[in-house]
Amino acid sequence: MGTGIRAIKNLRLFPTPLVWKQELAPEVYVLGFKREEDFLPGQVVGISHSLELEPRLYSIASGNKDESLEILFNVNPEGALTPILGKQNPRNILQLSKPFGSFTLNENRASYWIAAGTGIAPFRSYLRSGLPAPIELIHGGRQLQSFYFQDEFLQKIPSGYVRCCTQEKGENLYEGRLTNYLREHTTLQLDANFYLCGSAEMVVEVRDILLAKGVSYQQIIAEIYF
Amino acid sequence: MPEILYGKTLDELKEWVKELGMPGFTAGQIADWLYKKDIHSIDEMSNLSKKNRELLASKATFGLIPYTTVQESTDGTKKYLFPAGNHKFIEAAMIPDKDRKTLCVSTQVGCKMGCLFCMTGKQGFQGNLSAGEILNQMRSIPEGPEISNIVYMGMGEPLDNLEAVMKSLEILTADWGYGWSPKRITVSTIGIVPAMKQFLERSDAHLAVSLHSPFDEERKKLMPVQQVYPLKEVLSEIRSWDFGRQRRVSFEYIVFSGLNDTPAHVKELARILDGIRCRINLIRFHAIPDTPLPSSNDQSVLTMKEALNKKNILTTIRKSRGEDIYAACGLLSTKELVKRENSDF
Repeated sequence: MGTGIRAIKNLRLFPTPLVWKQELAPEVYVLGFKREEDFLPGQVVGISHSLELEPRLYSIASGNKDESLEILFNVNPEGALTPILGKQNPRNILQLSKPFGSFTLNENRASYWIAAGTGIAPFRSYLRSGLPAPIELIHGGRQLQSFYFQDEFLQKIPSGYVRCCTQEKGENLYEGRLTNYLREHTTLQLDANFYLCGSAEMVVEVRDILLAKGVSYQQIIAEIYF
Repeated sequence: MPEILYGKTLDELKEWVKELGMPGFTAGQIADWLYKKDIHSIDEMSNLSKKNRELLASKATFGLIPYTTVQESTDGTKKYLFPAGNHKFIEAAMIPDKDRKTLCVSTQVGCKMGCLFCMTGKQGFQGNLSAGEILNQMRSIPEGPEISNIVYMGMGEPLDNLEAVMKSLEILTADWGYGWSPKRITVSTIGIVPAMKQFLERSDAHLAVSLHSPFDEERKKLMPVQQVYPLKEVLSEIRSWDFGRQRRVSFEYIVFSGLNDTPAHVKELARILDGIRCRINLIRFHAIPDTPLPSSNDQSVLTMKEALNKKNILTTIRKSRGEDIYAACGLLSTKELVKRENSDF
């Protein structure tokens, strides 16, 4: 998931070999690197194909004890970096920064995790790092295949994993936008923390819905990507 | 698509006229017409040969964009709305004050930073402005020639559109461009550290940093960028530059009554800014629709100013201007966008 700021100059980068690549859905990939650094679940890394191309930030999608450091992205045909990343093969050298950022979970408080598309990445990192499961993980996507890592989430959060699907119907899917799901939700625990990860438009809309429902803005923690 | 001349640097013009087979000095002549003279078409570039004018006109447009709407506040502040393609709009606020006229320009259509107190963020992010579109906000308003100062504090995060902003600064300050002193220009940022470093290295314009809370957790709730670039890193970068003489750094601080104006906030501000030659600009919060944040009043802002002054922090209160036309929050463009999008159904 690309996050925060579109292009980051002057971020110190280190040559890092790609260990593996997996296509989760058409033009949606996970890249795996050997994990060399400790990190906090929710942190990001800067990544680029070369030192000449400005790096982009991506949330780490793997756990902090996993052997791999993984990032999730979809190819934006008009983007400068993702079409190149999508063509990378194992053993190719990419440029990675050290992990940084602070979209970290307060483990002492019940929480909801809300993501759109590849914004699911930091929440997978939370779960794989052994952090407490949320009351609900609410994920918005267009098709069934848009719910990346859904097998893991179904196993680890069997009763609290909500897939809001806008273009397909299916068993145990909420048919519609995640914003509609939230508007219709009548049993939200308003004193929980709400962690949001997605585009600015998604974050702002979800935040407004939560505020209208009576959630304090102090309980809403957002990570924005473009 | 024809090339757009307005917003090109001298180097870009040189390269382009070379491609067209024109003499190199033509680039300087074109720059002169673009940035020093009050013309609106290629045909008016009278010291270019007719042949070259025709060639230019066949390949390029001058590139000025007229505003579509203007609102005027009772205090004289004017807010101009400019089209930015595909039914999107940006705005610029012209703020007169005694012998000064300050222009607040936008750098993006919408914004992706999602700050809780900002109306622009509610329309999401639709794109970056080019250098020409940034400068056009000055060039295409009646007060353009009288503008004394420019602040990059309108819609969007300027340092999330670094290259266009730097190009616009080059055109504003170069001898071949508008020839302004960088002291007349202030660029605001919410603290994108690597881009801020670039800006400080490549420009002499003043810097304004949106601060709004000295406490990490609180700032994170107000400004999601804090997740990636915490304030301590922003301040660490600022400490490595020489401010206070030719170049100023200021910290913008929107006061939300009872929330970020407590004695604890004053104490922490004094601690984190210790050793930085700076000023804090306190800003009264203009309530925006559906905001969870409390407005502030003149008295609470004044109380905070006095408390900061006692801590030896130079603190000023930014006058509220154009409140009746929401001159500071992107509301005009948002309203226009919503209106047009709703017309589809």
